[in-house]
Amino acid sequence: MGLVTPELGTFIWMLLAFAIVLFILKKFAWKPILSALKEREDSIEGALRSAERAKEEMAALQADNERILQEARKEREAMLKEAKEMGSKLVSEAKQKATLEADKVIESARINIESEKSAALNEIKAQVALLSVEIAEKILRQQFADDQQQKDYFKKLMDEVKLN
Amino acid sequence: MKNIHRFLLIFFLALNVMPVFASGDEHAEPASQETHEKEKFEPGNFIMDHIADSYDWHVFSVGDFHATMPLPVIVYSQHSGFHMFMSSNFHHGHSVYEGFSIANEGEYRGKVVEMVNGHEVRPFDISMTKNVVAMLISMVILLWVFISVAKSYTRRKGKAPVGLQSFVEPIIIFIRDEIAKPAIGEKTYAKYMPYLLTIFFFIWLNNLMGMVPFLPGGANVTGNITITMVLALFTFVITSVNANKSYWKHIVNTPGVPWWLKFPVPLMPLVEVMGVFTKPFVLMVRLFANITAGHMIVLAFVSLIFIFGQISPGLGYGTSVVSVLFVVFMDMLELLVALIQAYVFTLLSALYFGMATEEHH
Repeated sequence: MGLVTPELGTFIWMLLAFAIVLFILKKFAWKPILSALKEREDSIEGALRSAERAKEEMAALQADNERILQEARKEREAMLKEAKEMGSKLVSEAKQKATLEADKVIESARINIESEKSAALNEIKAQVALLSVEIAEKILRQQFADDQQQKDYFKKLMDEVKLN
Repeated sequence: MKNIHRFLLIFFLALNVMPVFASGDEHAEPASQETHEKEKFEPGNFIMDHIADSYDWHVFSVGDFHATMPLPVIVYSQHSGFHMFMSSNFHHGHSVYEGFSIANEGEYRGKVVEMVNGHEVRPFDISMTKNVVAMLISMVILLWVFISVAKSYTRRKGKAPVGLQSFVEPIIIFIRDEIAKPAIGEKTYAKYMPYLLTIFFFIWLNNLMGMVPFLPGGANVTGNITITMVLALFTFVITSVNANKSYWKHIVNTPGVPWWLKFPVPLMPLVEVMGVFTKPFVLMVRLFANITAGHMIVLAFVSLIFIFGQISPGLGYGTSVVSVLFVVFMDMLELLVALIQAYVFTLLSALYFGMATEEHH
């Protein structure tokens, strides 16, 4: 049947035309199109990759920042703690010193008082001795005036002294 | 397909005289009702005439007037030498010119024959037939479209596609990523891309143009066995030329097959060698049969109108409504088939290339 019988003329024309078109399209159409597509895909892929990289870098940077912040915070805390400790130490030291000083002052005051007291007693004793000498003088004078009287007086004085 | 312009005709002719144009020997006859009524509508011939190649390009017919584009007839005869003339000299197949005529019956029906000693002899015929011209037109369209697309790629380097570029780009990428890469392999696919793209777009364009009923279309290019034969031949040659050692080894000495299938009777090699040829043969037949069958169905629906119209004009009108609906449905289907067949041919070609270049370990 004619429908399924290949025709030589059509065959030759088709063979020629197809071969020529294939060659021309390959050279002037498919090559530039495919290479342009490839180039574009590569550039898109490259852009995506670099974006990904930038994102990663950003994340790393952020993590770094976070870490530094954390460290700073820790350091600050440590510093604060140290300062607090130092302060309290200073205060307690000062307190100790003050007590010591106060004790010293009190001690010296006490010693002073003691010495003042003994000085005062010594003075009193000296005064008493002086008075005693004066009294003795007076007694002696009276005694010299009247023997009896002197005696009495002496006696009386002695009594007085005893009373003292 | 010519169906749509046939429809217009149907309505014209249904109003006038029914089967005027059917079998084409109304030439020089007076348009009298009687002679036409005697003429019987033969759907077989009607369909074959529309599917087959022809020496002139029929544009339209009104009554007895046929507008056709004459095409060059180029023949070489062993008896009378080289001849080249326009097909209009045949007067639609009714005249003899330089000893040549178009056969109405028999083995060479519709072909140019030379009468030698009372026998029809087929000369060496390289006429620019309707299919050849339609094929050349489609080639020009392909060249124009893809070279202009390529230009816009180089002009707008690295930018997003526009216009025609954005229409063909996803198809090109589909063929590259979904057909060539998986079927052939990442390493070698690039070499076959130009061929795969060319056959895909050639087949698709011609399938679509075959569905257009008027002039640039209307020829049954991809439903022509010779055209599909050349395409299959290209696939066959590319496969065989690029085939590696292991491909041939698989054919001659298929591994994993019992030895008694290869020796003393080389049954398996025989089957494998046949397979080498059946693969492109099937490619050829599949495309031809699919496209031709689609056209046949559409034409058969159109023929129904005439068959019923011969019984009574009223019945013809009634049938035309149903037929048109069916033809619209068929054309939708054909639109799909046009793409699928282009895809299948490309995919199978790619698979054959992949088989031939596959690296076995």
